[in-house]
Amino acid sequence: MAATSSSAAPFLSSSSSLSSPSSARRLLPLPVRRVSPSLRRRIPAVRAKIREIFMPALSSTMTEGKIVSWVKAEGDRLSKGESVVVVESDKADMDVETFYDGILAAIVVPEGETAPVGAPIGLLAESEDEVPLAKAQAQSQSQAQSHFSPPSPPPPPPSDPAPSPAPMAGAKAEAESPRKAVSTPYAKKLAKQHKVDIEKVVGTGPYGRITPADVEAAAGIQPKKPIAPAPTSAPAATPVTPSPAPSAATSPATKASAAPLPPIPGSTVVPFTAMQAAVSRNMVESLSVPTFRVGYPVMTDALDALYEKIKSKGVTMTVLLAKAAAMALAQHPVVNATCKDGKSFSYNSSINIAVAVAIDGGLITPVLQDADKLDIYLLSQRWKELVSKARSKQLSPKEYNSGTFTLSNLGMFGVDRFDAILPPGQGAIMAVGASKPSVVADRDGFFAVKNKMLVNVTADHQIIYGADLAAFLQTFSKIVENPECLTV
Amino acid sequence: MQASLSLSLSLPPAAPRSDPAPTVFRPSALRFCGLRREALGLRPLRPAGSTWVFPSPARTPSRKTVAAVSGNGSPSKGFDYDLVIIGAGVGGHGAALHAVEKGLKTAIIEGDIVGGTCVNRGCVPSKALLAVSGRMRELQNEHHLKALGLQVSSPGYDRQGVADHANNLASKIRNNLTNSLKALGVDILTGVGTIAGTQKVKYGKVGFPDTEITAKDIIIATGSVPFVPNGIEVDGKTVFTSDHALKLEWVPEWIAIVGSGYIGLEFSDVYSALGSEVTFVEALDQLMPGFDPEIGKLAQRVLINPRKIDYHTGVFAKKITPAKDGKPVLIELIDAKTKEPKDTLEVDAALIATGRAPFTKGLGLENINIVTQRGFVPVNERMQVIDASGNLIPHLYCIGDANGKMMLAHAASAQGISVVEQIGGRDNVLNHLSIPAACFTHPEISMVGMTEPQAREKAQQEGFEVSVAKTSFKANTKALAENEGEGLAKLIYRPDTGEILGVHILGMHAADLIHEASNAIALGTRVQDIKFAVHAHPTLSEVLDELFKSAKVNTGVSPSSVNEPVTV
Repeated sequence: MAATSSSAAPFLSSSSSLSSPSSARRLLPLPVRRVSPSLRRRIPAVRAKIREIFMPALSSTMTEGKIVSWVKAEGDRLSKGESVVVVESDKADMDVETFYDGILAAIVVPEGETAPVGAPIGLLAESEDEVPLAKAQAQSQSQAQSHFSPPSPPPPPPSDPAPSPAPMAGAKAEAESPRKAVSTPYAKKLAKQHKVDIEKVVGTGPYGRITPADVEAAAGIQPKKPIAPAPTSAPAATPVTPSPAPSAATSPATKASAAPLPPIPGSTVVPFTAMQAAVSRNMVESLSVPTFRVGYPVMTDALDALYEKIKSKGVTMTVLLAKAAAMALAQHPVVNATCKDGKSFSYNSSINIAVAVAIDGGLITPVLQDADKLDIYLLSQRWKELVSKARSKQLSPKEYNSGTFTLSNLGMFGVDRFDAILPPGQGAIMAVGASKPSVVADRDGFFAVKNKMLVNVTADHQIIYGADLAAFLQTFSKIVENPECLTV
Repeated sequence: MQASLSLSLSLPPAAPRSDPAPTVFRPSALRFCGLRREALGLRPLRPAGSTWVFPSPARTPSRKTVAAVSGNGSPSKGFDYDLVIIGAGVGGHGAALHAVEKGLKTAIIEGDIVGGTCVNRGCVPSKALLAVSGRMRELQNEHHLKALGLQVSSPGYDRQGVADHANNLASKIRNNLTNSLKALGVDILTGVGTIAGTQKVKYGKVGFPDTEITAKDIIIATGSVPFVPNGIEVDGKTVFTSDHALKLEWVPEWIAIVGSGYIGLEFSDVYSALGSEVTFVEALDQLMPGFDPEIGKLAQRVLINPRKIDYHTGVFAKKITPAKDGKPVLIELIDAKTKEPKDTLEVDAALIATGRAPFTKGLGLENINIVTQRGFVPVNERMQVIDASGNLIPHLYCIGDANGKMMLAHAASAQGISVVEQIGGRDNVLNHLSIPAACFTHPEISMVGMTEPQAREKAQQEGFEVSVAKTSFKANTKALAENEGEGLAKLIYRPDTGEILGVHILGMHAADLIHEASNAIALGTRVQDIKFAVHAHPTLSEVLDELFKSAKVNTGVSPSSVNEPVTV
């Protein structure tokens, strides 16, 4: 309102002409004031006829009004006496109608927002020629008044300035192209709301139709969690494997409910990178899986000896452990399985060991495919390639999301044991601690100092039970303690 | 239903309400709702306990196989029955109940299942679905719940469970209806009824009406079936009518609803609450054409615009092809006026809600020279059937959807009661303007009497003034407590006499609120009288209280109006 100096009052004369005092909605003439754009902005206007629609004072106590709904949309033609907008005052909702014929060129205050009495809420152009001008004016206005209508959506993408009919819900635009894309009612509404040109959206729904999700994707919005899930089919979302791709498929539901804590002074907020967002998403999603953990001590003297022997050939401890895990998994296929729908086991045909790797500002899990079949030297070579690809962020999706079992090793930091979170889509993850010399008593009561490593496996109890995991760990321990088989 | 009826009738007429102001108590105030003052006149009420109490102590064992008891009076001489009703829907049921009460020996012929459309394929199961959709909608409205301080996480539903609820409700109500007929001793004759001649009905299996009975009077109450326009291929799976939709065999992602009347609107409420997107196809230029325009507009703002619904108006669905061969349901739209092709819709399902067609085929109407009009049986205002040459056919009546006067279950029942009154020798004309109608969306819509344009047209013809008063639910304490302030009540009245011409409500529990207005119209209560009636606080009924109070009646002008308000 600061931008326009004229007083609002004179334009609101006939608001009291209706009979019943308690009527909920009255038709009010839409207050408009003539704007000469050449005065306001230095646009060389040729007597362009643009009128401002401003917030009417619907009662003597009203200081501001909320736009309940725009009855008309941008680009709609208005004729005198038609209602254009519904305004909620402190007393009631009222239809506000226009005095003038014209085109609703621009909506300055969108639905749901509030504007002070007298502030411009829209622009009325007398003819189509003035529409672009009015739009330009609206943009400058919405910037000027952003101090009272805070989060007004970003200005519409530079759509063609010609008054092309916005994609309307009604049966307006048809027969333009022989085969126009089909879009659902809600998709159309969203497109209008987010000012997305629906013609340019690619439909991915049934029969190639444009769905609300397509429009949201085009508008760059995180799709909301569907509120009424189709219940007959299994509700569980298909597990999303760790993926640094920025477009999310599901959003964490639980996150939003926590009330934000007051910020600590001096803190900085750094938004997630795509990879960090993917990690966050997967971690939150993992909360829906009922997991449990089983720990096991493994003596590594033999393995350490083997490692010393073959490390010159490029074999790392990580690869040795991955190979050992893969061989153990071959004997315990259930630990390599996945529970996809909460109803069944999905046995994986190959054993692909994902190994968690910390890279600059992130975490990724390159996958050693068929780790049980490839020999240790090939596997080591493969691992080297994967790590360098991971560092340069060149892994292909298959190279980081095809894992069936994950290995996470923090032993090199001296960590003696830790607890890993099961990534969605897998049945189990193994957390490996450091191998340390420890005093152990053997069966006959003799003490000895041996290298002992604690491994801790987290598994999905929907499919993997305690005994399964214990048996698997026993096998794993035997392989590590008799590591000759790793090299054959 | 039958319980409440018997209860109210067995009450002695000296109701306590006459105590405080005996001088103004008018016995006529205890008449049935919906019956015109002049039709009943100031007939004295019957003493309580005579024929009003129906269970007759002397019961003879059943003669008819189906009937449980046959104690409903003895027929007039020379006839098997006093009254035979063809069709055991809500209309036939209401007529039968009232006939037994009046001492008539009554039989009811049912070719399908007791309860008719309303109970089995209409109002009743749809209310079950709407009860679910209303809750679903509430649970999904995070904003609304938050305002109440409630937290609900991810509401969901089980489609089969919802469908079962609707089905169970229908069978429960059907059993209630059947039992009430049996308990009263109405003979339920199974088969398809055909009029064989004056005062003669045949019934039996389709095509073999082998049993002939005679009756002093006959009521046709055969109801209606969903109307499917030409060019629409109904397969019952992807293109279907309300009959199929009520079974809720699936919830399509996107459904087109052809027709935006009561049925279409209610189903849009159900489907959109269950997660479907909806597209309306309406032949007229605006949605909800039957509603008062202002209500329709508000309804569009509340029930259509904020939901996942869009619409095409002014178009006919010329051709609808069910989904097959990997193709979706195809709907070809043509302009309703120019008939030019306008658009083709591709949706997952289509619900045909284009109205209902009378079910009068096979009734043998041609035997007695009746020509139906688009299937409807022509009747006069007393529901007496008119033959091809415009003469009344004695002893033959038609009520309910089959006559098309007002296609509502309770209208059929009221018409049936009115007919029974006439048979009993008491002339009776039903005032259809006093019959309320309701649409059970969320929020509900209800109405009685004329719309504003209808009232204004009549006013112009007859030279009187019309005024309109409105109140909002926003000002109602109870509505605000429920956080359901969206709504409007509208009163159309004559400022000179205070006569109520129409009341329209959109808002929470509107369907229950309308009866204060419909009773006022039925009983001829004027605005200046009813405005002194007291309403409990805080209740939604205060919306109407405020509405009546806000009306400005010019009592000084009309000689017929009362100067002093009369306490009721």
